[in-house]
Amino acid sequence: MSKSTTPSLWQRLMATQNARITFILAWVVITSYLVVATPRQLAFGLATQAVFILFAGSVLWLYYLQIPNALKVVIGFLVLGVLIPVFGGLNQYYLEVATQVCIFSALALGLNIVVGFAGLLDLGYVAFYLVGAYTWAIFGSPQAQKFIPPELLKFPLAQEFFFPFFFLATFLAALTGIMLGLPVLRVRGDYLAVVTLGFGELLRVVANNLDKPVNITNGPQGITPIQRPPLFFRSWFEGFGTALHGASTGLPLGLDKVFGGIGSWMENANPAQLYPIYFYFLVLLVIAIVIFVSRRVSDSRIGRAWEAVREDEDAAVAMGIPIVTTKLAAFATGASFAGAMGMLFAAKQVFINPESFTFLESIGVLAMVIVGGMGSIPGVVLGATALTVLNLQILPNISLALNSIRQAGYVIPVINYNLAQLPSQFEPAKYQRMVFGLVLIVMMLVRPEGLLPAKRRRVEIHQDKEVEAIV
Amino acid sequence: MLLYVAGTVFILSALVLILGFIFRDIRTDFNLLERVWLILPQVAVDGISAGFVYAMIALGYTMVYGVLEFINFAHSEIFMVGAFIGAEVLLIMNSAGVLGAVHPLILLLLILLFGMLGSGGLAVTVERIAYRPLRGAPRLVPLISAIGVSLFLQDAVRFFEGIWRNEFYLTYPTIKFFEQRIILSSTIDFSVKSIIVILGAILMLVILNYFVNATKIGTAIRAVAQDRATASLMGIDVNQIIVLTFFIGGAMGGAAGVLFGLQYNTINPFTGFIPGLKAFTAAVLGGIGNISGAMLGGIVLGIMEAYGASYLSIFTSGAFGAEYKDILAFSILIIILIFRPAGLLGQVVREKA
Repeated sequence: MSKSTTPSLWQRLMATQNARITFILAWVVITSYLVVATPRQLAFGLATQAVFILFAGSVLWLYYLQIPNALKVVIGFLVLGVLIPVFGGLNQYYLEVATQVCIFSALALGLNIVVGFAGLLDLGYVAFYLVGAYTWAIFGSPQAQKFIPPELLKFPLAQEFFFPFFFLATFLAALTGIMLGLPVLRVRGDYLAVVTLGFGELLRVVANNLDKPVNITNGPQGITPIQRPPLFFRSWFEGFGTALHGASTGLPLGLDKVFGGIGSWMENANPAQLYPIYFYFLVLLVIAIVIFVSRRVSDSRIGRAWEAVREDEDAAVAMGIPIVTTKLAAFATGASFAGAMGMLFAAKQVFINPESFTFLESIGVLAMVIVGGMGSIPGVVLGATALTVLNLQILPNISLALNSIRQAGYVIPVINYNLAQLPSQFEPAKYQRMVFGLVLIVMMLVRPEGLLPAKRRRVEIHQDKEVEAIV
Repeated sequence: MLLYVAGTVFILSALVLILGFIFRDIRTDFNLLERVWLILPQVAVDGISAGFVYAMIALGYTMVYGVLEFINFAHSEIFMVGAFIGAEVLLIMNSAGVLGAVHPLILLLLILLFGMLGSGGLAVTVERIAYRPLRGAPRLVPLISAIGVSLFLQDAVRFFEGIWRNEFYLTYPTIKFFEQRIILSSTIDFSVKSIIVILGAILMLVILNYFVNATKIGTAIRAVAQDRATASLMGIDVNQIIVLTFFIGGAMGGAAGVLFGLQYNTINPFTGFIPGLKAFTAAVLGGIGNISGAMLGGIVLGIMEAYGASYLSIFTSGAFGAEYKDILAFSILIIILIFRPAGLLGQVVREKA
């Protein structure tokens, strides 16, 4: 309730700008060193994840510390644009984690516009992701040939079509959002949740069954191979590598080896090495756009309208806010980001099938928004990072650890229990639903506003409770 | 209730027969009209039994919605747990070797009782842990908590069955009496169990109807649903009524689960999801919060779905199969929401702020 007026030790330490800059730089340098130096297999790989999370934490510090904006941009670029790809070159695993985290962050940020800003609970968000993914998957693969005669057009379309289709996928997803929104947005919020859920399932069932009478989606077998985007920058990349290699000769302090190594790697990179970095940057670009749009929009007329609708629909109508248009705008904006990410996902995976678009995916993304804090951009990114790493890295690794304990057959002394008897059902990685379910329940009971709540949201949730308690 | 059933079956049968007559020339390999006519009784019985199961699940949604204005998202899992309890009781009796010794009808009563008690108890527990502390929070908060409960229960059952039986797909043991078929003619016969499912469901619904409309506690439930604050001023313990509502809804869901398991034999921890969604659709179709509406909605939806699933592939020469029945249900949901958000029997209620 009351804030202490005497500054804490932390506040005093961070009082000057120089201290803050030194802190963030030291954080980046130390954690980078740890990332490079930690052996991969330490503690079943959990140590690697821990240091990488610490390293990624520098982005969060960067967001919150008060340092000049230009410096923030420079350090942010250094961390996200240089160091992570370099670590990815050292160990592919880091880039994979970073890309997955970014994909889910982008999805969660898109959903955040719908759920967090406009307060419309969408349980079928994955439907728009599906629309984006299938748009490119059908036409960027030989699949389209099955219903379009070859005399008319040859498929797969050339890689160059990736970028026009990127806009098309975004547009189609937005259109789907509007088409879904038109009938259901007039009904109240909890109906909307179930209808969107039904819609998500409906699109999945359609994708699963539209292999007859005309084979459009190839049904449960899925579509492969899907074209990847063109490597238009490859010659520049190689040229830059050659230049870096040449310039690095004669540098002191072993820097020649570091830059020379990077340079020669860049010179000789093959598509298999380039695509992970490429997709990472594409996803990062989408995230940058989502964050930019989210921030700009939340302070704009439409953003305020969303907030008003979220708080009190009747009052908003009385103030002259066109309610259906406002809600549709939220739906379309959120959907379009999902469509863009879906297309990137299809191109990255080269293969998609309806199984990638289940209800559980929608819930996973929703859980990210809720854990982080609805309406709060850093919160949502934090939630996406935490849950993605938990889901894709920590749980599988615990399972691995349990497996090796089981194989070792250690006997717990006092109760005389041989760990080899541990049932094979004891595998946390198999129980994503339980994990997501517990996360949702516990968050709602303990901290409904999320880990890093938007300021207004925190006030609202607690205020509502107090008011209800009085009534 | 019987009027609803008879009416829906009559209208839909007439419709498919007319369609069969109109399109009788599109199939040359067999006589379309005759095929339509021959499978009609079987389709009707399937539809009616599915419809009653939906109706029973829908009651759980509608009753809780009536008193709390809250969609109990975990209700589909409460239904699923009921099916599992029924299967477990039968499987345990089977392995103890007493299954054959007990009269099938006593067996049926026994699994219904266990299923209802288990599911009802689970519903009350869930309410106590995950919903009650959130009463009064913004709408989305308990809804999200309910989604969490739903996911949690799916995996909890999977985990438990995985440890206990080392697999989570359970099959109901066959009971000879239920598998017998009543033969009406050389082409028309029903299994005894679909008749039992229908009769069991009708019995439950009649008892519930009597309980809600003619007893004192039922009146209290209806009073709380109408206006919680006023009801509490009239000396009704609102919390108790809410717990009771969850128990009754859960018990109906559990009974539906047991009947569903008997009818379809194989169950798994995710069986609840689609029937749950359909039952919600049924509740909306009938007018959510309205008890006889839920019954109507369930019956209509089940019958429509059975007709759709069976006749779609006949009429389209197999191009669109039975898989599209899920799409039918969701399309109905969306259409109802556009044209009559209050449902068939509901009246238009203004949203409470």
